[in-house]
Amino acid sequence: MKVELNRQRVHNDFTKKVELISGQNLFACYQCGNCTAGCPVSFAMEIGPHEAIRYTLLGLEEEVLRVNTFWLCASCLQCTSRCPKGIDIARVMDALRAVVLRKKEREDAIRVSELPEELLERAPQIVFVSGFRKFLS
Amino acid sequence: MEYLYFPGCTLNTKAKNFDLTARTCASHLGFQMKELSNWTCCGATFPLATDNLMALLPPSRILANAREEGTALTTLCAVCFNVLKRTNRLLQDDGEKREKINNFIEKHYEGDLRIVHYLEILKQDVGFPRIKEKLKKELGGLRIGAYYGCMLLRPFKEMAFDDKERPTLFEEFLEALGAKAVDFPYKTECCGSFQSVGSPDVATECARKILESAVKSGAEMIVSTCPMCTFNIDHKQMDIKAKYLHFREVPVLYFTQLLGLALGLETKALGFELNFVDPLPLLKERALL
Repeated sequence: MKVELNRQRVHNDFTKKVELISGQNLFACYQCGNCTAGCPVSFAMEIGPHEAIRYTLLGLEEEVLRVNTFWLCASCLQCTSRCPKGIDIARVMDALRAVVLRKKEREDAIRVSELPEELLERAPQIVFVSGFRKFLS
Repeated sequence: MEYLYFPGCTLNTKAKNFDLTARTCASHLGFQMKELSNWTCCGATFPLATDNLMALLPPSRILANAREEGTALTTLCAVCFNVLKRTNRLLQDDGEKREKINNFIEKHYEGDLRIVHYLEILKQDVGFPRIKEKLKKELGGLRIGAYYGCMLLRPFKEMAFDDKERPTLFEEFLEALGAKAVDFPYKTECCGSFQSVGSPDVATECARKILESAVKSGAEMIVSTCPMCTFNIDHKQMDIKAKYLHFREVPVLYFTQLLGLALGLETKALGFELNFVDPLPLLKERALL
């Protein structure tokens, strides 16, 4: 992905919003990549969690909100428990989700009406309750 | 010993076998589980956005109501356990949020319940030696992989359940039942969780890695503590099989079903009909039924 860096955008309002919602200081990240290495779903991510943090810190709002990284996060907290700088990365991923879901368009990340009938029959409630909390605005 | 018991939404329906076997085993082992008189779904996720107080209301209300009925609360589902324990911790530590939440739910709860998982009761309060005395059937070296998943353990400072990377409590439990606990590298890896509704293929892949890791390490069966994990690693074996032709099914049981089996419960009381991969052939082959 081609990104254009601009000094004015570093740690901009978007970054501050993510920091506020997640309660994390993104400057603490030194890009070791431990989060991405331990992430069970990083194989399907367009950029790793550590990259998503860097993009956010650089104020690249459009670029980072376009990728699937934070939507794929399963909140398993592997990254959180392994971060040598004590950043709760899962909270950062959830904050990125929140930034999108809280926009005034209130656009959901999944279409409930399109979920396959077979899944609705088989899956336990717990999957839907937690899934809807993570994907619906 | 009496514990208040929070079943949670899934144990009342799709994971009825988990609930029933746990209750029966408790009475065999001499402790009571008193179901809360008034409970709702816990929300099934601990909110990670720090300003999302709304998602803390259901677990807070459950805890506040429970405190009026007793002092120790147990639960079986790893997700419920995680949500209740973390919320309880937050209500203890964060005075500002506690006040806001209490004002909203019109309670005065201080976070002073003891939240304890059923496995912890077995180890700390009943004790594995006493369970051994009560066994009707030793599991005859059945090779079982103990799958912890994430929610029992992480975040480890708040959950304080066992070692964060190399927990052993579940294995000790299996050994106490006379099984051979198989250590496997993916035992604390995520099952894909709620991605089953977001990105089902990704969740299936997570499940496949866990199952193959356990089987490669020699497991003939896997035990779990969570209906969400169980859906992903048991029911989704159908999807894995459709994609990977060499994949061989492996039975996944709730740990209380295995405990019930060892305590000599009748087969029909173990609720195997709700398990997706049928464990009966393996159990019969080992003369455990």
